[in-house]
Amino acid sequence: MSDSSIVILVGGEAGQGLVTIGQLMAKALVRAGYEVAVTQAYESRIRGGHNTFAIRTGLEIHHAPTEQVDVLVALDATTVALHKGQLAPGGIVLAGEGLKTAGLNALRIPFKQLAPKAMFENVVALGVLAAVLCEDITHLEELLRASFGKKGQAVVDENIIVLRAAHAWVRTQNYRFPCMPPAPANPAERLLLTGNDAAALGALAAGCNFCSFYPMTPGSSVAMTLADKAKIMGTIVEQAEDEIAAANMAIGAVCAGGRAIVPTSGGGFALMVEAVSLAGMLETPVVFLVAMRPGPATGLPTRTEQADLNLVLYAGHGEFPRAVFSPGSVEECFHLTYRAFEMAEKHQSPVFVLTDQYLADSLQNVTPFDLERLPEIPAPLLAPSDPKNYKRFAFTDDGLSPRAIPGYSEALVISDSDEHTEDGKLTENLDIRVKMVAKRLQKGLGLAGDTVPPSYYGEDAAGVLLVCWGSTLGAALEARERLEEQGKSAAVLHFAQVWPLVEDQFLPMLEAAGRVVCVEGNATGQLARLLRQESGFRITDMVLRFDGLPITAAYILRGLESIL
Amino acid sequence: MVSVEDYGQFETAWCPGCGNHALLAAMKGALAGLGLAPHQVLVATGIGQAAKSPLYMNCNMITGLHGRGLPAATGVKLANPDLTVIAESGDGCNYGEGGNHFLAALRRNVDITLIVHDNGIYGLTKGQASPTTAKGQVTKSQPFGQPSEAFNPVAVAVAMGAGFVARGFTGEPEHLVDLIQQAIRHKGFSLVDVFQPCVTFNKVNTFAWYKQRCRKIGAEHDPNDRDKALALALEFGDSIPIGVLARGERAVFGTDLPTLKAGPLARRGVDREALEKVLRSYQ
Repeated sequence: MSDSSIVILVGGEAGQGLVTIGQLMAKALVRAGYEVAVTQAYESRIRGGHNTFAIRTGLEIHHAPTEQVDVLVALDATTVALHKGQLAPGGIVLAGEGLKTAGLNALRIPFKQLAPKAMFENVVALGVLAAVLCEDITHLEELLRASFGKKGQAVVDENIIVLRAAHAWVRTQNYRFPCMPPAPANPAERLLLTGNDAAALGALAAGCNFCSFYPMTPGSSVAMTLADKAKIMGTIVEQAEDEIAAANMAIGAVCAGGRAIVPTSGGGFALMVEAVSLAGMLETPVVFLVAMRPGPATGLPTRTEQADLNLVLYAGHGEFPRAVFSPGSVEECFHLTYRAFEMAEKHQSPVFVLTDQYLADSLQNVTPFDLERLPEIPAPLLAPSDPKNYKRFAFTDDGLSPRAIPGYSEALVISDSDEHTEDGKLTENLDIRVKMVAKRLQKGLGLAGDTVPPSYYGEDAAGVLLVCWGSTLGAALEARERLEEQGKSAAVLHFAQVWPLVEDQFLPMLEAAGRVVCVEGNATGQLARLLRQESGFRITDMVLRFDGLPITAAYILRGLESIL
Repeated sequence: MVSVEDYGQFETAWCPGCGNHALLAAMKGALAGLGLAPHQVLVATGIGQAAKSPLYMNCNMITGLHGRGLPAATGVKLANPDLTVIAESGDGCNYGEGGNHFLAALRRNVDITLIVHDNGIYGLTKGQASPTTAKGQVTKSQPFGQPSEAFNPVAVAVAMGAGFVARGFTGEPEHLVDLIQQAIRHKGFSLVDVFQPCVTFNKVNTFAWYKQRCRKIGAEHDPNDRDKALALALEFGDSIPIGVLARGERAVFGTDLPTLKAGPLARRGVDREALEKVLRSYQ
């Protein structure tokens, strides 16, 4: 694929409206038919500081973060100072007249002249940006109508007048920046979603009707999205008193017939660990979504990292099966969250969706999901066949006992966190203990049988194999393309599910490759260690990033320079 | 007709003479007396000797993690409002490990009943002070006397405007059955803090100690008078009032929530049309 993307970076202080500008522009570009991938970076504060909203767009793009910027929309002086070094040759700065842009290819915007009041400055910026890209403003007008509609026609009209004036003003200016390639004539309908939006929608599609959570960036927005849609979807969303309550509440709700998700981030998830073990013991199909951020402790609260694989993999005392999904794109956030519910119900085990701040907040265009083609998710039993003799933990060949919901028949559903008999009651019979451990672990074989194999991109037995998981997929694919352009043979192996691992699904690829390099957003190579543990294959070459920023193709290529 | 026999008879792991036996009998009597069949009831507990209670009667149950009976009970009740949901556990579980959940339950006012086996000591871990152990009481882990003030659960509940707050004593079994029944019938969160002496580890708050002090609240007390209720709740000395301390009408959690109107979660499917509409909102 030929990447003809351009990158627009909107920068400013928190509270200046840069996200509003970015979101409206991204949405307008998607409606016009362009591809869009957004990277958001922000600080842990409500006002001030320095935040950015970077839109990568074009007819064909890699859905991955980048370092180069083509259009720098600077809402403050800091943005110019911090990002002018990233400007690509020919890149342009769009900045207010008050900001210093000497020596830069800049278009200075007379905000005072174009915005009758300060509140219209964002609309001015949008109009100017659209004009510089040679985009017409039909879609932006539509979007302004939708967002200001509730405030009345007068407000809508005022905004549209300002937008048009700003757009027209650009036409009178001399500046150098090439137009975007023309958009396709009749673009197909697409959605513009963040990873967290997509995960929330995947949960809803899977019949999730309960979400208990305690707010923590960057996981909270899954709960916020579910709350936002609760009126139409009927989802019960309860903000718990703490993460421990959130996890235990979800387990209670699932035992009583709900389908629950608990979204959080590393520190919050650490508090839920005992409840994860409870879900393992009670064989409760509950889904945890962990959006990673850099630790330890509070770490870098609003940045990105992939350092909680070990935590999620081993969370919970004792031994019990689980599955861990690690979506590589916004689209996968939808499908793998859906699959998390499917696997949780099918194998009566806790299942995890492991994302990170970059992916959680990254807006990407996706083709509307075909709900009809989603697989059926097994439902628990309301009326077991012989209610009087119902046993929640009956021994079976595959370790799966029919899961009844209390209150719908005369069956008594007994779930004890102690080791228990088939009917669910506490036991200290050690023979039963051994059989119960075996029963629980038996379900792990079923889970492994359903493991999503890692995706391989490139020629067989490539010279360099980039191994990655989760959100680094886009950057790895872009790096592979750059390497191929340099005449090097390169491939990517991406794990969208990191547990259970099935050796046959990845070992032949590792063995066939010339050089295997693990690309991870952490400091110790957690996936590499896991692969070695599971298959004996040792990966010694790694490109690791743990400065809080997402991995880019350029970062991978720089890392490879010292390896290859 | 539901009878006490429907709730079964089981061998327990409790010490002979433990107050838990009487509380278990009171629970069965109360539930049967209300005409509730075992399958209509779910008891969620934490960890401890008290938390084993539902294992010794027929009912649905989640005997979960230490301190976490209330969140599990809350999840159950939200998922299926048709179940009678009881959270039951000890003073350590509810007021120590799960203290935050206790406060949240008082605020939330979900229609569940909390029965606390309050013996002022940790029994299962062999005799450490609990949140309701009196200041100065010597225990194996507090040889110089429990250094902190005791927690007063009923006073806290009254102060937070709980709709039903009662204190019972296993030495008054019929009175206790009545309190549990009133608590279950109450719409909203209800608390019954029950004195049940630990015969092995609490040498201070013995059966005789409670018997001497507990006096039933008379008809002259108006539980709707919160100031008087608070005064009674704070009485803990030579005389300890038992009975209904406070009552009040508060909106039950979820009565105004559109998301609960669609009924129990187990009977809900995915509303495809609504979901398509939600998806389209992202175009």
